[in-house]
Amino acid sequence: MTKKRSTRVPMRAQDPGARSKNFLEVNLGYTEEEALEEASRCLMCRGPQCVKGCPVGIDIPGFIERIKEGRFNDAARLIKKRNSLPAVCGRVCSQEEQCETLCVVGKKGNPVGIGNLERFAADHEAGHPDGIDIDMAPENGHRIAVIGSGPAGLTVASDLAMKGYRVTVFEALHKAGGVLAYGIPEFRLPKAIVQRELDYMTSLGIEIRCNILVGASVTIPELFADGYRAVFIGTGAGLPRFLDIPGENLNGVYSANEYLTRSNLMRAYDLGAADTPIAHGKRVAVFGGGNVAMDAARTALRLGGEEVHLFYRRSREEMPARKEEVHHADEEGILWQFLTAPLEFIGDEKGRLKALRSRRMELGEPDESGRRRPVPIEGGEHVTEIDTAIVAIGNDSNPILTRSMPEIDTNRWGNIVVEEATGRTNSRGIFAGGDIVTGAATVILAAGAGRTAANAIHEYVQWITWGEDAQS
Amino acid sequence: MKTYEIIHREQIAERVKVFTVYAPLITKHCRPGQFLIVMVHENGERIPLTIADFDRERGIVEIVFQEVGKSTVRLGAMEEGECLHAIVGPLGHASGITGWNRVVAVGGGIGVAPVFPIARGCKQNGARVTSIIGARTRELLIYEEKMRAISDEMIICTDDGSYGRQAMVTEPLLKLLKTEEEIDLCVAIGPAIMMKSVAETTRPFGVKTMVSLNSIMIDGTGMCGGCRVSVGGKTYFACVDGPEFDGHEVDFDLLMARQGMYRDQEKDAADESSHPCRIGLHPRKPA
Repeated sequence: MTKKRSTRVPMRAQDPGARSKNFLEVNLGYTEEEALEEASRCLMCRGPQCVKGCPVGIDIPGFIERIKEGRFNDAARLIKKRNSLPAVCGRVCSQEEQCETLCVVGKKGNPVGIGNLERFAADHEAGHPDGIDIDMAPENGHRIAVIGSGPAGLTVASDLAMKGYRVTVFEALHKAGGVLAYGIPEFRLPKAIVQRELDYMTSLGIEIRCNILVGASVTIPELFADGYRAVFIGTGAGLPRFLDIPGENLNGVYSANEYLTRSNLMRAYDLGAADTPIAHGKRVAVFGGGNVAMDAARTALRLGGEEVHLFYRRSREEMPARKEEVHHADEEGILWQFLTAPLEFIGDEKGRLKALRSRRMELGEPDESGRRRPVPIEGGEHVTEIDTAIVAIGNDSNPILTRSMPEIDTNRWGNIVVEEATGRTNSRGIFAGGDIVTGAATVILAAGAGRTAANAIHEYVQWITWGEDAQS
Repeated sequence: MKTYEIIHREQIAERVKVFTVYAPLITKHCRPGQFLIVMVHENGERIPLTIADFDRERGIVEIVFQEVGKSTVRLGAMEEGECLHAIVGPLGHASGITGWNRVVAVGGGIGVAPVFPIARGCKQNGARVTSIIGARTRELLIYEEKMRAISDEMIICTDDGSYGRQAMVTEPLLKLLKTEEEIDLCVAIGPAIMMKSVAETTRPFGVKTMVSLNSIMIDGTGMCGGCRVSVGGKTYFACVDGPEFDGHEVDFDLLMARQGMYRDQEKDAADESSHPCRIGLHPRKPA
């Protein structure tokens, strides 16, 4: 083994010039040698801090130790005990804000690349299957309905399947995966990886039923009548928000949801293979500073964007996107328009977007969130020629399911209200988690909420069936 | 029957087909005015279509579509016994079909199909229904018998006078509005330009006019926001807030502009699939 290094083994990536023109994955993953070297940096702390930063509580030193010992598949299986989506989370989880910020090694130099190692273990197991099954409890015969096949729903489903439940996942779209399928682009999370995780779900006995919109095709009371013991709602973030400025309905103005869904789910990026069209903008403006905005901007580059501007009201430091995504976007040539607020979209006589009027801002006093509030600069108005605009400023909650079940408590934003420690709603047997509860957040937080709810559902079903078992 | 199986397929006008499809998950709860989304194949478009008729007992829905682009041509090429790749629904709000006494149902072109279940619903709930249905020419007129069966009065218009009156649907509508005071609802579905004309015709009479907006959309569940329409100066999503809106408040020019968003790309796709458009949408490239 080589001498311990203070810096992290870098993740190899496609060259920025090449990758900004293709949809292949940007990060290339660790080789075995790289993984062994990175794993050797872990101090194997007795009271590991990193685990406290993980919303699903993965035994991080445990899996890294198995990597050190060359037991790569054992490492993956250990991760899967706590996280059913290791290949996904190894790629898109914001480890730098969670486990890795707490890593002791990080106090001097870079923290251990926990996410990179998670990805390595998951990919290794997929590439070298050894036929060893994961430990499952015997079937208990109880059925659970999970609504939505995104990260929250899949976590609930796999946790409960491993506890012996028969789980059915209902998905409204024609493909499962939720945001993993429609939102996160191929170059960051290849769809083959998502499919692999879905196949794993199926191998646990989970049934995934697509094209069923619960609340419209079938109702929750019908699910209970059908014999489901409990229902988990993980329907995700819903209706896209717009900027509420003039010209927003011009042709060429997209929500990030629509733009990314066209490209990812409907495969519009794959010219010739898919029937769904998408605008191949040459001069593109993206609005927002989160991961979705980065995904949209980088997709626009790959679809032939010659100038892709990213407009953000505040400055680079305030952007909520992952550092890695900002760094990749930077390398690929996204043009940053910080401290700029959009005022109006200008169209031509055919209703097609042709320009954006915006205004430069400067940072003023901090607001309630503690972030310095941008204030307009006098005379700072300017017009940028654009043919495509993508609005990535978040989502409001989707009304379809809650409209069909008005007895479920929601807050004033339409998000479902739950007891935090259990994911329990005010309606008997109905649990919820993920973005439908919190508003748009991250994959791993949704998975964490799924874990919490799965435990609570298990407890709930045991409780309600207690009397029944005694009678039979 | 297999799920999504095409039970019956019939060409009812030039380039207009009606499919009866086994989709029990749609028929369980669907009501007049709602729509569904179909996919022909895995990488196909999600095509929103209004539910033209349904039979809850048998679990079948009827969809009517015009072959105007690559996706609908491909849909039209499917045979009985084949299964669609996907169907999801019912989507959108149902029409208000109760509480009306006197209803005029206006359907233009392929829009006659979605107007049918609404007119029938109004009729079943006690309204006297006059139906005005129109098409460019006799061969394009659809659903005549179905509409006749549920209407108290039936008026047919064609642009070229090949059948019924040679008139726009707004002509007999205007006459009705002038002679009858008790009309309390006009429901109009057809091309955007027709719905706009109907709304302008009823406006001076203050007759409530409901139109169904078929904007471009992907998921149909509120997630993409592509279907946004402007109604009364506010933006709504046709999929979850509609598809029906007050015709007097709809910005039809915006609707028409947005419907044309992908016209060039659609034209290229249609050319590629060498579909000879005979309704003048896609003039063929010279060989």
